[in-house]
Amino acid sequence: MNQWIARQRYLVDFTLASLARRKTKNAGLLLVFALLVFVLASVMLFASALRHEATMVLAHSPEVILQRMVAGRHDLVPPGYVERIGRIRGVQKIEGRLWGYYYDPVVKANYTFMAVVPAPASGFAARPGAREASAPPAAGEIVVGSGLARHRGVQSGNVLSFRSYSGKLFSFRIAGVLPADSELVSADLVLTNQADFRAFFDYPADHWTDVTLSVANPQEVRTVAQKLANALPDSRPILRDEVSRTYQSIFDWREGIMLALLSAAILAFAILAWDKASGLSAEEKREIGILKAIGWETGDVIRMKLWEGLLVSLSAFLAGYVAAYAHVFHFSAVLFAPVLKGWAVLYPKFTLAPAIDGLQVTTLFFFTVLPYATAVLVPIWRAAVTDPDAVMRG
Amino acid sequence: MIELRDIHKAFNEGRPNEYWALRGIDLDIAAGESTVFSGPSGSGKTTLLTLLGCLARPTRGRVRLGDEDISSLPERFLTEIRRRTFGFVFQQFNLVRGLSALDNVMLPAYPLGLPHRELRARAEAQLAALDLGHRREARVEWLSGGEQQRVAIARALINAPQVVIADEPTANLDTALSCQFMGILERLLDEGRTVLLTSHDPLVVESETVDRVVRLRDGRLVEP
Repeated sequence: MNQWIARQRYLVDFTLASLARRKTKNAGLLLVFALLVFVLASVMLFASALRHEATMVLAHSPEVILQRMVAGRHDLVPPGYVERIGRIRGVQKIEGRLWGYYYDPVVKANYTFMAVVPAPASGFAARPGAREASAPPAAGEIVVGSGLARHRGVQSGNVLSFRSYSGKLFSFRIAGVLPADSELVSADLVLTNQADFRAFFDYPADHWTDVTLSVANPQEVRTVAQKLANALPDSRPILRDEVSRTYQSIFDWREGIMLALLSAAILAFAILAWDKASGLSAEEKREIGILKAIGWETGDVIRMKLWEGLLVSLSAFLAGYVAAYAHVFHFSAVLFAPVLKGWAVLYPKFTLAPAIDGLQVTTLFFFTVLPYATAVLVPIWRAAVTDPDAVMRG
Repeated sequence: MIELRDIHKAFNEGRPNEYWALRGIDLDIAAGESTVFSGPSGSGKTTLLTLLGCLARPTRGRVRLGDEDISSLPERFLTEIRRRTFGFVFQQFNLVRGLSALDNVMLPAYPLGLPHRELRARAEAQLAALDLGHRREARVEWLSGGEQQRVAIARALINAPQVVIADEPTANLDTALSCQFMGILERLLDEGRTVLLTSHDPLVVESETVDRVVRLRDGRLVEP
């Protein structure tokens, strides 16, 4: 065993010396390889973290959202509508929500206005970041998301004016700014009380935007949705699982788009790496001949080159992956964020919680390290099985 | 010690450019002797040396090393025999550029997995014995031709081989360095090693250190 370890140590020593002797080639190769891993890992880590984040966010949202439909379009929920649902077994809470969009021409951004309705009719639970502010803002006051505050350059205590869709100017005092850690879901949020919301949007009294239902047992969610569809044929129940799936699909799609956009570059890098790795210079061939002539077995030469391939590819993989980790989780994926997050004027500024998918790491490892090791081994195999007497004639 | 019987060696056998480098060699090499293979270019000297040193196998014929027939051994076993029995000094020295003299000397012993301290001490001793102790850390491309050859000799001796094989050892050396080489050769013989050389340098062929000169022409032995 000790002899085996000593042999491997000698092979690694020689490999490191060989790598150092061909500094330019190997440094270039390492860089290209690390860049390739960096790009792939960045996209994968970012999309995976977003998916993770979306799942966490949705974990706090109601199990079912009920929208009323008119001519296939989302319409307001009229008074008495909720009462028609009646009592459905398994439903713990039914709440009406008030929310809408407002376009702010000053910063050319869309805000989400939402009324904080006092319990039990609070529709606020869907916004986990705003959970802390469970009491509705006072009349004439709003609570805003930190993305909005940053973009408009306002803070707590300032007054913000919006011209409503009816043309009237409304001024609100900012009572608070939502915490930055909720920015992924609250960057564009404006929270008002119910009366201010209705006044600002000229919202008809006793109408709601939609209705949320809390269902304790996940097994019963589909049954509840079916009963809702039967009781209210003009409604559309949206399940949390469906929303979650949609988010996953969106992030999958964006990841795919990103990889498709980068595919040409990735392919070019891969070809370059393959070419560099698989090309054996005359000097390398000569060295293999010498090693065989002085008593190295074909297996020793192949093992040595395998070490070389593993050292280069593992270092590049680690360097690329660590750089991608830092890029995604410490620098908010500054290079790919616009594509992966989506386009918006009000970009949420947030740091993703590190989430690594073991399967993804393994996949990336097998799709980068193994092809490289093969690329190194194939020409070496050919060179290593040639007769050692060639060196005598060189 | 080494016995060759009816040795033939062909290159590109069965192809239009087939070439027979050796055509029926019968030869016995005694242990502890120095033998020089001499002859014009293309006479088959180097080919014969590669067969004797287990670098290649004959196309036909038998090679015996001691009691063992090694003519048809698989490459793995030939490598093992080559590593333990033979030390090679190539015409172009064939040192690995970019490595120090010491690392070059240690290279043939790497596959044996000896303890590093022991191997290093052995390599340093070989270099010191050839007056190269002070140059052990120098990269081989910085050494003079004579120094490079001595590194190549030290490398050939690192696994304590019974037989040292040198191909045209003085071809790249001036007279003084060639004489120095012959001195080293004498020392190797004094240590009880067998030495096999190819050369057409009169300084080697006519040297008193050489026990036997075997002449070749067109792949056949030339009777004296």
